[in-house]
Amino acid sequence: MLRYVLRRLGQAVVVLWGAITLSFVIVQLTPGDPARLIVMGNGQGDAGAADASQLAQIRDEMGLDQPLVLQYLGYLRRVLTLDWGTAYSRQRQAVATVIGDSLGSTLELGLVSLVLLVLLGVAFALGSVLLPTAWARSTFQAVTVVGIAVPSFVMAILLLQIFSFRLGWFPAFGADGPGSIVLPSLTIALLGAGTLGQVFSRSIREVSAEGYVEVARARGLGNAQVVLSHVLRNASLPVYTIIGMLVGGVVSGAAIIETIFGRPGIGNLYVEAVTARDFPLIQALIVLTGGLYVLVTLVVDLSYPLIDPRVVSPAARGGRR
Amino acid sequence: MSSDTAEHVRRRAHRVSGEPAAREAHGVPPSGSGAEQVLDLRDLSVQYTRRGRIASAVGGVSLTIAERESVALVGESGSGKSSIARAVLGLLGQRARVAGSVRLGGEDLLAVGDRAARRLRGRDVGYVPQDPGGSLDPLRRVLDQVVEPLRVHRIGDPRDHRDRALQALRDAGLQDAEALAGRRPHELSGGQRQRVLIAAAIVTEPRLIIADEPTSALDVTVQRGILDRIGELTASHGTALLLITHDLAIAADRTDRTLALRRGSVVDEGPSRRLLSSPEHPYTRALVEAIPGRSRTLEAIHPPVPEAGAPPLVHIEGAAKSFGGRRDPVHALRPTDLQVRPGDSVGIAGESGSGKTTLARILLGLTSPDTGEVKVSGRPVSRGDRAIRRVVQPVFQNPHSSFDPARTVGWSVLEPVRALTPRSRAGRPELLHSLFTDVGLDPSLAARRPDELSGGQLQRVAIARALSVEPQVLVCDEAVSALDVTVQAQILALLARLQRERHLALVFITHDLGVLQQVCRDVLVMRRGEVLERGRTSDVFSAPRTPYTRELIAAIPGREGDAEGD
Repeated sequence: MLRYVLRRLGQAVVVLWGAITLSFVIVQLTPGDPARLIVMGNGQGDAGAADASQLAQIRDEMGLDQPLVLQYLGYLRRVLTLDWGTAYSRQRQAVATVIGDSLGSTLELGLVSLVLLVLLGVAFALGSVLLPTAWARSTFQAVTVVGIAVPSFVMAILLLQIFSFRLGWFPAFGADGPGSIVLPSLTIALLGAGTLGQVFSRSIREVSAEGYVEVARARGLGNAQVVLSHVLRNASLPVYTIIGMLVGGVVSGAAIIETIFGRPGIGNLYVEAVTARDFPLIQALIVLTGGLYVLVTLVVDLSYPLIDPRVVSPAARGGRR
Repeated sequence: MSSDTAEHVRRRAHRVSGEPAAREAHGVPPSGSGAEQVLDLRDLSVQYTRRGRIASAVGGVSLTIAERESVALVGESGSGKSSIARAVLGLLGQRARVAGSVRLGGEDLLAVGDRAARRLRGRDVGYVPQDPGGSLDPLRRVLDQVVEPLRVHRIGDPRDHRDRALQALRDAGLQDAEALAGRRPHELSGGQRQRVLIAAAIVTEPRLIIADEPTSALDVTVQRGILDRIGELTASHGTALLLITHDLAIAADRTDRTLALRRGSVVDEGPSRRLLSSPEHPYTRALVEAIPGRSRTLEAIHPPVPEAGAPPLVHIEGAAKSFGGRRDPVHALRPTDLQVRPGDSVGIAGESGSGKTTLARILLGLTSPDTGEVKVSGRPVSRGDRAIRRVVQPVFQNPHSSFDPARTVGWSVLEPVRALTPRSRAGRPELLHSLFTDVGLDPSLAARRPDELSGGQLQRVAIARALSVEPQVLVCDEAVSALDVTVQAQILALLARLQRERHLALVFITHDLGVLQQVCRDVLVMRRGEVLERGRTSDVFSAPRTPYTRELIAAIPGREGDAEGD
């Protein structure tokens, strides 16, 4: 068990380090002088006209005038001490402040989306496997396919057309009031719910063919009893493992959705930072989203043995998995 | 509810006394035959519809089992024996159409409706399935699974459920029931899992136990223990037993009466012993013939005498292998020597964990030993050395999983040829044709995919694939264990013929000593990574030197009958 925990922690550290390094490399790979790009992106147009002292200040703050190795070490140190530097595109506010202002709204959106996603996904799966008639089952299945196939912006526009413009149930833009979160979170949730529903329904079908399900039927359990006490629990295992992946999808989904619905948030900030070539902000956002993904995956991995003790049992190795 | 309780008390009381008088006193009239019919199948037929086509699996089978009686259904795969069991258990699913009647304790399960039938089945029928590995819910504790039938059918006082389950586990032969109750299935051995399933089958004190090949996935010695346990339990509780098996020897050892099934109909019926000792119907005779140790086809096999003085094809010296951490290693194989010469036939016998598979993998070059030396045709081998494949080829246990399901079997057969001699493309269709003919298959089958062939056909194809590069040694790892006895006998005869014709050396790895007895000249008995005994097969069988070997030999089904007959 201890070995399992240590190994997962080690993997998490490696992935996080990879994300940090990548965020560093991106700045180096960008053609041109980062400092100039920042100034240009900042709406000051022609970099030739840029103030030499301004450029020097940016270079100095970001350590761009040092040798690469020192730059990298300095960057690592700043990341580890959570010193993110200055967001040049945001009136030179501290990056931490800028992100902090947007984080709440995105977390709200993300959590609501995730809850909706799981609820919808489970409903899709149960419907497409357990409904009594084949016709009803395949209808549900078709819905999940639509969820996967339709791009998020199309889905967003569709939902806006129906529920906002035509029916007027929910506001189309902004982040005022509880109603404003419904359409954006539904858009994000529908995308992931398709994937989750497919994985879960497939898993339910596989588990339903297992020997222990048959044995349970032979013991005289009714259909509902078999599903509740044997099938769902075993079938949820693969779903649990893809939750980390779905969270990643929610984050990248937020970038598009926040822009479409005009909501403030990390996603919107991401888009603006990239447009303005605000490297410190971009770097912080990469590490933040990477870290979030690592954290969720780690939580899933570490809690997995509580659900399925086989993963840490030496006796089960070389067995089923 | 109160009538249920009364019924339960009656059944218990009657079981305790075991006297017909007790039954009469409670108003159950004795039937004409003198014993109550627990199960009464009349004209049962089962049809499956698949893609609009109707296939008949069982065509009008009638069968009765009285209290205390044990009946075996014997037949090859596809004979309908499992369909009959599944009809009684209500497991046939929606694709199946069932006609006739299935009376359990007087009530027709097919007529009373789903809910009532489920209730009757759960209380009165205990089911011991074939595969103990997959038949327990991996996420739930042992106790939970044994209690389940009691809880679902609200039998007895819920406060007693735990005690009843523990008692059932002890009855099933698990003495440390308290300790095992809290474990999950992956922490148990195969034999323990099967005992847990038996406990769950007997916990409701059913009137009938249906055991569908309950031991075919287990080691022989464990197999014997499990069958003994089922026999004792049914005898002491007066429970009726329906045993489904492909092995007539097991039926003869364990049951009173046997029905031989073929293509969904009963072709022969009688006392189990008689069916084994003097089979009259040709089909029954074929089933008997196929039992290793009894078969005349197999008796004709005389393993060839290896060429004396020929250099060994495979030379293994002091090979050892261990797994796991340095602190607490598992010695899969302790230093072992083995030489295989042209024309040799070596059997390696042992149970799971004996090291036989590790030795086989070393032979095949799939694992390199931690210490020791392996030479093939006089050359030391290293891992990943593909030259070894021209000399040594494998035939594995499960033919269904050893073929690419998306390719035709012909493609798979030529895979070793393509891999080892990529240049010579000419003559491949001819090679395929001759290989298929050689293993007794119609060459037109080469265009089929694995799921379109039977297990026996696929195992022939697997042998053809092994032969395609003209190897000198064939390593058969449990190559016939997954097959019906009749098919098994055919495959063994095929291997023996090929060995003679092609001067092959055979290495046969199996837990079934009966199989080794007939095809192997020499035998190694392994246990816990060590070779316990080795020698001429006839010597080992007539005078086993270790108690363990004696135990293995005693565990071969059908031998009790021989002792009685002599």
